[in-house]
Amino acid sequence: MPFAPVILWTDALLWLLVAAIASYLWMCARRPHLAAPWQRVVKSRAAMVSLALLAGYGAIGLADSLHFRVALPATAAGEAPAYSPQVLSVLDLALVRLRRSEETTYSAPLATRLFALEEVRLPDGRMVREYPRLRYGGAQLANEGERGSDVAKRALAGLAGAALLWLPLGALLGPLRRRAPQVPWRAAYATLGAMLAIAGPVFALSLAYHVLGTDKVGQDVLYLSLKSIRTSLVIGTLTTLVMLPLGAMLGVTAGYFKGWVDDAIQYVYTTLNSIPAVLLIAAFVLMMQVYIDGHPQLFPTTAQRADVRLLLLCVILGVTSWTSLARLLRGEALKLAELEYVQAAHAFAVPHLRILTRHLLPNVAHIIIISMVLDFSSLVLAEVVLSYIGVGVDPSTISFGIMINAARLEMAREPVVWWSLASAFGFLLVLVLAANLLADAVRDGFDPRVRVGRAALQGAAQ
Amino acid sequence: MLAYILRRALYAIPILIGVNLITFALFFVVNTPDDMARMQLGAKRVSQVEIERWKAAHGYDKPLILNERAPGTGKLTDTVFFQKSLRLFAFDFGVSEDGRNISAEIRTRMWPSLALAIPVFLIGLAVNVTFALTMAFFRATYLDFWGVVLCVAMMSISTLFYIIAGQFLVAKLWDLVPISGYNTGLHAIKFLILPVAIGVLSGVGSGSRWYRTLFLEEMGKDYVRTARAKGLSETAVMFRHVLKNAMIPILTGVVVVIPLLFMGSLLMESFFGIPGLGSYTIDAIQSQDFAVVRSMVFIGSVLYIFGLLLTDISYTLVDPRVRLE
Repeated sequence: MPFAPVILWTDALLWLLVAAIASYLWMCARRPHLAAPWQRVVKSRAAMVSLALLAGYGAIGLADSLHFRVALPATAAGEAPAYSPQVLSVLDLALVRLRRSEETTYSAPLATRLFALEEVRLPDGRMVREYPRLRYGGAQLANEGERGSDVAKRALAGLAGAALLWLPLGALLGPLRRRAPQVPWRAAYATLGAMLAIAGPVFALSLAYHVLGTDKVGQDVLYLSLKSIRTSLVIGTLTTLVMLPLGAMLGVTAGYFKGWVDDAIQYVYTTLNSIPAVLLIAAFVLMMQVYIDGHPQLFPTTAQRADVRLLLLCVILGVTSWTSLARLLRGEALKLAELEYVQAAHAFAVPHLRILTRHLLPNVAHIIIISMVLDFSSLVLAEVVLSYIGVGVDPSTISFGIMINAARLEMAREPVVWWSLASAFGFLLVLVLAANLLADAVRDGFDPRVRVGRAALQGAAQ
Repeated sequence: MLAYILRRALYAIPILIGVNLITFALFFVVNTPDDMARMQLGAKRVSQVEIERWKAAHGYDKPLILNERAPGTGKLTDTVFFQKSLRLFAFDFGVSEDGRNISAEIRTRMWPSLALAIPVFLIGLAVNVTFALTMAFFRATYLDFWGVVLCVAMMSISTLFYIIAGQFLVAKLWDLVPISGYNTGLHAIKFLILPVAIGVLSGVGSGSRWYRTLFLEEMGKDYVRTARAKGLSETAVMFRHVLKNAMIPILTGVVVVIPLLFMGSLLMESFFGIPGLGSYTIDAIQSQDFAVVRSMVFIGSVLYIFGLLLTDISYTLVDPRVRLE
């Protein structure tokens, strides 16, 4: 085999999550009462736009979650093949040029020369200080004066390619709108078009230039930004895998059993809550670091160590943030436990566990879904802050937080190096904004109170 | 009232014990003092002698919970748990890794933190409530719609962006204020203007959107309809009825954070070089100074619990329906 698949922990969990979401949606599609709130969600134009954007981010993140190691050239026949220690992903394959085209230091977006003066030896042996040509960015140009027309030509070609991809998809619009007329398909299609209109030229240009420049050690900023997406998605989604079972089980149990169970669970979450979140996370992460440093034999490659650290960061964030969900669910379960159908279940001697799983959990599911979607964006933003403080992901992981941390002194340079920060913040903003818009739509679709409140408001306005 | 406050204060004791146990477990059981010593000494191969010397110097050379060799009560008191964890209850924080007295550091660093946090808190609250009231007043109009859009956009921007962009624009490009630093007394103002403005700005998005929801929820209630039916003007309804009643949910979120203002802001202080408790904490985290982190965790939870107590008391003051029993 030319490659050996590597399954990192976060990969496995991420794909498991994708499978879980897929089966949940399949379940929803067959049960009208589960599908109804989602139908309300997708009616919103903002939701469709942000779903399209998130799908784009998700595709990049998932392509970056299929890892493998390439086989090294065989040394002797019959020998077991040796694999490179470097763990690559499918995304790395697609971006192979970006990954390999490392310059020596900063270069501006679409530049053909470095951003720093260097001593260069001329052919006649004299030394001069000048901005040397880049090794990869615009290296195909014999005359640098042609850069403008070359960039325009490539961008147009990329745009044309994107249009060729986008226009045929328009044929799907008709059937989709006939099947589900209430869904604003056009908004999603237009968003897709906008995304392709940016991605096409960027891709075409990235074959010959550093579209977003290079950073201090000469790495392509576009490559770093695209790789950071996976880290953000992992933090935003896997954390809920930890938070959800803890928060849901403990919250509902506390509200249902009351008495000493309630007291005990309330005590646990008040205690955890009373420690400032950043400090609790910092304390956990410091201890995790000591453990990882003390047991290097457990983590054979850097990628594995970084991955375990990323996963543990998710666990830590989950352990420190389940309390608010538990408190919400406890309050709801307290109310639900007094309702007639739960009392009736008691009268029929239905066992507690069954009441919890069949009668209570489905009726608090909307709260769980809303808080899952709402938490996503705050978790993504939290990663940036934690990585800045130094208690976030492993320094060898590529993430927005690490990018921003590495670039935070660049604004103080003269002249200013703005592209690393701008790209990291730009990619981050689109992701978080899309997640926030989707969260709003999900809350409007799922929370019965919002609908009642809106009806009352409209009544008052009339 | 006094009895009520006392009873509420008593609830705090088990929670503080819990916090103490969690920090003890995190800092001493999950990783032994030997691990900490190795981490602090840095090098990969540290001899056992050096580790012992470090532990003795920092007082970690005792058994964790039970000292069998010590005489009398020393069995319990001459241990890491007693010396390092229980001492926190007496606000005796010991010394940091570089040998300074943590309590003294906290007393001097508290003031810069407060000088930054209190204006951010007060101005932020005023701005958020004003903005939210305006949006609620013009509800279901374009002003409201674009206000909410602005809020969502602003809360989607990372705090780091506000800080970095603000520092670059105001301090570097326009050269209106110093980039970072601090001074005592009134000279501090020019160093504080920018961090305060950025602190307020970065909180406007989520804050005013939250308050707007509260106001709108309150406006859907029956008493508001009654007030309108009496013929009160919309302004009177908003300020005399809605604002007053919405104070109750606002208080829940606001009062609890007042004591935490002491802790300062991690990001703001470290970016602007303000020598407060926030930058103290961040330095401790980055240099892995466990004694300081432990102390800040303890102070943070004491302040949070104090905030909960204040919330309960403020409830009884603003909401006559809440009884003390």
